[in-house]
Amino acid sequence: MTARHAILIAAIAASIALPFVHREPYHLHILTLILIWSFAYTSWSIMGRFGLVSLGHGGFMGVGAYVTALLWNHLAVSPWIGIPASMAAAGVLALIVGYPCFRFRITGHYFVLVTLALSGIVLQVITATRDYTGGSLGLTPNRATGNHLLALQFDDKTTWYLIALAVWLLGLLVWRMIDRSMSRYAMEAISEDEDAAAAAGVNVTAEKLKVTMISALMTAFAGALYCQYQMFISPDTVSGISVSLQMVFAAIVGGLYVSLGPTVGAVITILLAEGLRIFFGANAVGWDNLVYGVLLVLFIIFLPRGVLGSVMERLKAQHAAFVRDRRRDELMSKQRS
Amino acid sequence: MQGFLDIFDIYLLEAVINGILLGGLLALLALGLNLIFGVIDVTWICYAELVMIGMYGMYYLIQYYHLPYWAAAPLVILLVALLGAALHYLVIAPLLTAPPINQLLATGGVLFILQSFATVAFGIDFRNVGIRLPVLAFGEMHFSYARLLSFAAALIGMVGVYLFMTRTFTGTAIRAIAQDRQIMPLMGVDARRIYLITSALGGALAGLAACLLVLQYDVHPFVGLSFGPITFLICVLGGLGNFIGGFVAAFVFAEIISLGGLFSDLEWGYVLAFAFFIVMMFIRPAGLLARRR
Repeated sequence: MTARHAILIAAIAASIALPFVHREPYHLHILTLILIWSFAYTSWSIMGRFGLVSLGHGGFMGVGAYVTALLWNHLAVSPWIGIPASMAAAGVLALIVGYPCFRFRITGHYFVLVTLALSGIVLQVITATRDYTGGSLGLTPNRATGNHLLALQFDDKTTWYLIALAVWLLGLLVWRMIDRSMSRYAMEAISEDEDAAAAAGVNVTAEKLKVTMISALMTAFAGALYCQYQMFISPDTVSGISVSLQMVFAAIVGGLYVSLGPTVGAVITILLAEGLRIFFGANAVGWDNLVYGVLLVLFIIFLPRGVLGSVMERLKAQHAAFVRDRRRDELMSKQRS
Repeated sequence: MQGFLDIFDIYLLEAVINGILLGGLLALLALGLNLIFGVIDVTWICYAELVMIGMYGMYYLIQYYHLPYWAAAPLVILLVALLGAALHYLVIAPLLTAPPINQLLATGGVLFILQSFATVAFGIDFRNVGIRLPVLAFGEMHFSYARLLSFAAALIGMVGVYLFMTRTFTGTAIRAIAQDRQIMPLMGVDARRIYLITSALGGALAGLAACLLVLQYDVHPFVGLSFGPITFLICVLGGLGNFIGGFVAAFVFAEIISLGGLFSDLEWGYVLAFAFFIVMMFIRPAGLLARRR
């Protein structure tokens, strides 16, 4: 066991122990929100880091949240079945849109705009079927009368914090698995030059579809989880273009190409939103997005690798310089002796 | 039964004509976006938000400064044109060599900025310029003057752009630079100046659209979201940068929305249009009018 593993285990243990030591509900609420959104942003980055910029993830999240809630409210299907069902629905949606996109080589601007249409469709369908979904007024899952575990509804923040923590770790695990798989090299080759990758024997359509499906399933899961935690969803908070843009924004601010980047993005954006809300009180409407927008533009112009990405890059460069210097010193001393 | 059918047909005809009228406006919106894309190779995700700012401009000029409509409109067109030039100068120009996705996302950031700026500055109330144009009754069909007027103005605007592009030196330079980005600077065309002019022109078209939309719809900070996505889809459907394709696609889309809205709720018209778009993307990925390779 290396020092790295020890630090990792200590950090996880500390995160698990936190709610039992620090019981302040407001802080736990913010932490839970950060963890859930971090998971969603991580899901987006799983495909976003390979240049597959999707503005359809608001759609996947909306499907995740609404399918789970509708199955529970109208058919009394437990979220334990509803969540996998909603993930499956999002997967089918990703397949329907993704397969032809990748098969017919729809890339760049076109891919972004097709996925934008997907968010639009989901938002409009939710609004149009207002008899079932409550339309723009939102939807509240019925309170559980019997078993809380079966309904996946918990009143205490500690449980939710632990669930969110586990899911977030799961998301990082998926990221790591992809990072270490052959798919990563295939996807990197594709994002560099699709034709060259295809010529080198990479199955472009299959690889892209795989990453997209994983990303969509995870995003739907995040949506379902958000719905279960908040117990209220509306089309604007879980679906549509602004949610998609919010994901892109957080991922870019944190850093798209490092595993903890989206998490850093979530911490920054949520703390920013909460901070502005406390600072401005009821007048905060709009201010958080104003700051978001300005930051997003500044980040893309001046710091396209994100906060964490840039820090890591600098550390790596420093480390490399350090190693180089040490080697040179060793060589020098050898030569001298 | 016969009577029922007659009424039904009248409604159908009314929807078809309203669709055409809506199509003119959508074509105008798509034209501005296509112009920017064709020349600078950038998609302004925030295009509809420029229109929204223009609508607020109209509202304030008319309601607070009591300018007549015909005096406020040129001011707003000028304002949004300046906004378009500023957007290019501040956001797009530093990113011209960055990956295209970054430019797109940066304008996504501008979308956030404009939307929340409107929320902070003007509040989230729905506002109305308070100009009520009469409704034209034609047989048993009803059309609003506002729609007819915007259709006509949109057509005039488009013809104006066409003349500018074909009859003036600057217009020729714009078209040339859209064809070959590398060679034109060697021919003595200042690409930066052309980009700035194009952005201002795109902004002016957004301003014109704002003047027309404000007659039909209330203004609120999120009004851009209701026609922004449609505009992008029209441009993509027509083939990004393809002016005639965008024009045709605008009318196809408008008819789908109008007829879909006739048979069911308006939202289903949009859903149908979106679904049509995704299907068309797979049949003709390079746009409606593109030749198959």
